[in-house]
Amino acid sequence: MNKSHITKMVLLVLTTISFMAALYLIFFYVPTELSMGVVQRIFYFHVPVAWIALLSYVVIFVSSIMYLRKRSKTWDTVAIAAAEIGFIFTTAFLVTGSIWAKPAWGVWWTWSPRLTSALVLWFIYVAYLTIRAYTQGDDRKARFSSAVAIIGFIDIPIVILSISLWRTQHPSALIFEGGLTPPMLLTLQICILAFTLLYVLILIQSIQINRSILKVRDLRRLKEMNEG
Amino acid sequence: MNYFRKVSAIVWKDALSEMRTREIVFSVLVFALLVLVIFNFAFGADETAMNSIAPGILWVTFAFAGVLSLNRSFVQEKENGCFEALTLCPVGRDAIYVGKMLSSLVFMIIIEIITLPVYSFLFNLNVLSFEIIIITLLATIGFAAVGTLFSALAVNTRVREMVLPILFLPVVVPLLICAVNASGDALAGESWGDLFSWLMLIIAYDVVFVVASYLVFEHALEE
Repeated sequence: MNKSHITKMVLLVLTTISFMAALYLIFFYVPTELSMGVVQRIFYFHVPVAWIALLSYVVIFVSSIMYLRKRSKTWDTVAIAAAEIGFIFTTAFLVTGSIWAKPAWGVWWTWSPRLTSALVLWFIYVAYLTIRAYTQGDDRKARFSSAVAIIGFIDIPIVILSISLWRTQHPSALIFEGGLTPPMLLTLQICILAFTLLYVLILIQSIQINRSILKVRDLRRLKEMNEG
Repeated sequence: MNYFRKVSAIVWKDALSEMRTREIVFSVLVFALLVLVIFNFAFGADETAMNSIAPGILWVTFAFAGVLSLNRSFVQEKENGCFEALTLCPVGRDAIYVGKMLSSLVFMIIIEIITLPVYSFLFNLNVLSFEIIIITLLATIGFAAVGTLFSALAVNTRVREMVLPILFLPVVVPLLICAVNASGDALAGESWGDLFSWLMLIIAYDVVFVVASYLVFEHALEE
């Protein structure tokens, strides 16, 4: 076993333990929230998923800048891995939010600032994956998607600012009324830890797969060149 | 040649080619007018309803027309191998970006100058106020800034103009929100003070994205 295998095994064990702990806390330990009832427990998955969606975009942004500076393929494999995972988590963020919104507010969707901003973030992820899918050539693909990633990253705070400025003029549903009791806070923290570990694990795995894909392709090209 | 002359040479090239081919302004203008008419079918001619949705109609029209004209600006370059020639010229990528951005900006403003009175006439609204013109001008700068960068990327992809709206529309969400709300306030006869926060946000967007697109363009398009 080499070093990366050991790292992954350790991460896998830690992720499993923290997820077990998180599930125990969510279903047996944390008290039921008074106004929303049992459905509020989705909060402990919803918030960490949102955190990963944002964290992943930061990873894309940093690796895109690094790619444009250093032009090394490693940074590009990090960016695409983070983009794919981030897209899944942003989708999960919207889905868990919707599942929670239906019993809590009576509708699947409202145009509140948070929901609208999350939807725009999802579209920015889609834009990133679209430019990747339709651009040909490794180098060009990496450069173009880095450009979109950087512009998208700068855009996100302005999106949130403009949407909240727009929606504060109308009454909006408040998600975090009151605040969290200590057991709730603890459960949330463990869930965030569990999801972050999971994210790091998938990210490492995905980066290695992307590298292998590149390696296999290069070898195949080499073989074709030797034969032809 | 100094920087300004390089940029103006690119703008002049685009203006000349547009005057000879009349590809962008004419077709996009007809498109914008059609969008206005179709909105009228979609929402009916009820005057009270119209007053509340009018700013939205205006900005959806400008955004769609913007996508169309921005696409053309680089498709032309690509079709005739003009972009390769441009990159062979002794001008930096930054001058190309500024030149293309300014020419797109001029085309979009020409289209808006003609669309606004027609919109005012068709929807029976007084949009030809100083406030609306300032809002339109400022928001168009933001459109042109990100649009020029994304158009240059989109035209180099396999599906060309299909990609631009997917890249462009999510990123201009803040501009659309601010422009729609500011125009709504202006149409309702609110004072400059009420428009202030929207205008500030539009100006901030313009500054941030002119600088960011300028820097990113240089790095992303070096081939």
